[in-house]
Amino acid sequence: MTESAALLELRTVTQQFGGVTALSEVDLGVPEGAIFALIGPNGAGKTTVFNLITGVYRPTAGSLWFGGAKISGKRPHEVARVGIARTFQNIRLFDNMSALENVMVGADARHDSSVVGAALGLRRHRREERDGRERGMQLLDLVGITRVAEDTAKGLSYGDQRRLEIARALATQPRLLLLDEPAAGMNPAEKEQLGVLIRKIRDIGVTVFLIEHDMGLVMQVSDRVAVLDFGQKIADDTPSAVRTDPRVIEAYLGAPADAT
Amino acid sequence: MRRIGLPDVIGPISDRWSRLPTPARYVVYVIAIVAAFALPADSIGSFMSPQSDWSAILFYPIGVYILLAIGLNVVVGQAGLLDLGYVAFFAIGGYTMGKIGLSLKWDFWVILPCGIAAAAVAGVILGAPTLRLRGDYLAIVTLGFGEIIRITANNLNFTGGPRGLSGIPNPPSVGSFSALQFNVATTKPFYYLVLVMIILAIVLVKRLERSRVGRAWAAIREDEDAAEVMGVPTFRFKLWAFAIGACIGGAAGVLFAAQTISITPEDFPFLLSSYIVVAVVLGGSGNLAGVILGAFLVAWLPERFRGFADYRVLAFGGALVLMMIVRPEGLLPSRRRRAELAEGTGGMGSLGGGVGGAQTQAVRIEAVETDAVQTGAVESEAAP
Repeated sequence: MTESAALLELRTVTQQFGGVTALSEVDLGVPEGAIFALIGPNGAGKTTVFNLITGVYRPTAGSLWFGGAKISGKRPHEVARVGIARTFQNIRLFDNMSALENVMVGADARHDSSVVGAALGLRRHRREERDGRERGMQLLDLVGITRVAEDTAKGLSYGDQRRLEIARALATQPRLLLLDEPAAGMNPAEKEQLGVLIRKIRDIGVTVFLIEHDMGLVMQVSDRVAVLDFGQKIADDTPSAVRTDPRVIEAYLGAPADAT
Repeated sequence: MRRIGLPDVIGPISDRWSRLPTPARYVVYVIAIVAAFALPADSIGSFMSPQSDWSAILFYPIGVYILLAIGLNVVVGQAGLLDLGYVAFFAIGGYTMGKIGLSLKWDFWVILPCGIAAAAVAGVILGAPTLRLRGDYLAIVTLGFGEIIRITANNLNFTGGPRGLSGIPNPPSVGSFSALQFNVATTKPFYYLVLVMIILAIVLVKRLERSRVGRAWAAIREDEDAAEVMGVPTFRFKLWAFAIGACIGGAAGVLFAAQTISITPEDFPFLLSSYIVVAVVLGGSGNLAGVILGAFLVAWLPERFRGFADYRVLAFGGALVLMMIVRPEGLLPSRRRRAELAEGTGGMGSLGGGVGGAQTQAVRIEAVETDAVQTGAVESEAAP
């Protein structure tokens, strides 16, 4: 596979916290239009990868590239405008805002009306408000929660909150959507629906980068799977190849201690 | 300990209000404005303020406090940033009026935008380096800023030192209407002037609240890191909140100096900052009607009960402690703020934030995420 077709690239990225190395010279390429999954045992550094991509961390060494432009060093809100959105492993909605308002915050990432424009109620501001509301409702419809649009986020069921997070992220009109363990806490039926939703998102032209523990879901939806273990990439291949990779099995099941 | 609860009468009223059709609401607004203009009447004054000139009190402290509280509410109530030095912007507006009015002899109406601009610049200068701090750290820095401005004014010859500035010109009178003659002997015209400013400030703040700006502030208050990742330029919007709050404070300062004619550093003590914070919190931060009510009470009660002069502040403190026990969300809380306080998150409630350098910020996200694995697991078991 040619790495040049990658929408997102990590080039020999290392991330250290104090003396702890969370990621060590990791190379990753997420092909455009794919569903790409990153798996690995707890503490392998998966969420660190997302925090690096979204600008929450700056890499200790190496660089990150998106659509041919360097994104390492940008602040999180700039990364969002470049076209990368994410959900959180734990749910981090704006709890006391309505579901629709949550999505509208995401939509505002694409709006340009200024504070002065908002204060004076200029035409562009009014148009963007209308647009944000309409697009917000469409996205709530896409994830299937229009019935709770006016409810406060914290009152929603767990599954609906996960869906709302995805809608809020999509409202920023990303080219790449990062999903951090979206299936956590879901029952089998909900996981099934989530798999359908992830494919639907890919089909509307958004590349999906997924961190997930649920192997069933990963194997079902992913086009390509990378595996992290102790901050190092140990595999990066098709789902079926990864499943039989001895190093992956060793990382997950444990194996005779072998120093390297 | 059992919490002492009052029956919730505000909730149903605010629900009904939010369902009212727009024309009906405008009728209420018009009635409120007409009532506000009729407020200086002597018949009202004889009850509200038997010992001193009612319309003078309506201008200062009542009107000015309300204007200041509306401005501070943008910072504290909307964006959730605790500013303990808000009086600094009031002082900057006041000294701008005094200095330019005395030396350049400009008109009040020309100095007003200058005072607003000066306060906004001060807001940005204060905010740019400090808004990366969070919670209590920001509170400490702003507290220092308020004192620096007062002490500087006290020590500079330029600002008249401790004696301050006197002989500041009144605004020019308009035509021959008695309501628009501004001089030392008149008090009602100044009240009308501050009332107009209050109405303009309310319109401005309300519009912002309902726009992407208000949403951004609410998002920052609820979860700053998540807001940033969702594309909200959090730093810029916090700076805007500071600047807009400062503008309103500066306007109040210009008006105050133009009315009192002489100002000294002692007109801008830390106590005034704390009164305005109290007004915002007491009234119900985030909700304009509540904030206005809070400012009115904080300004009016001490004037009404001048007889107890020596015990005023003591009684005031006691009343506040009682309030925080009985109704911590304020007299007229906004629905959202009430919910935030009930769960102990959000702006003023969550002062425990760390210093927000990139590194610490990042580590906090990580920390939250690790324990979320457990919570997530628990919740999933609870989920049907």
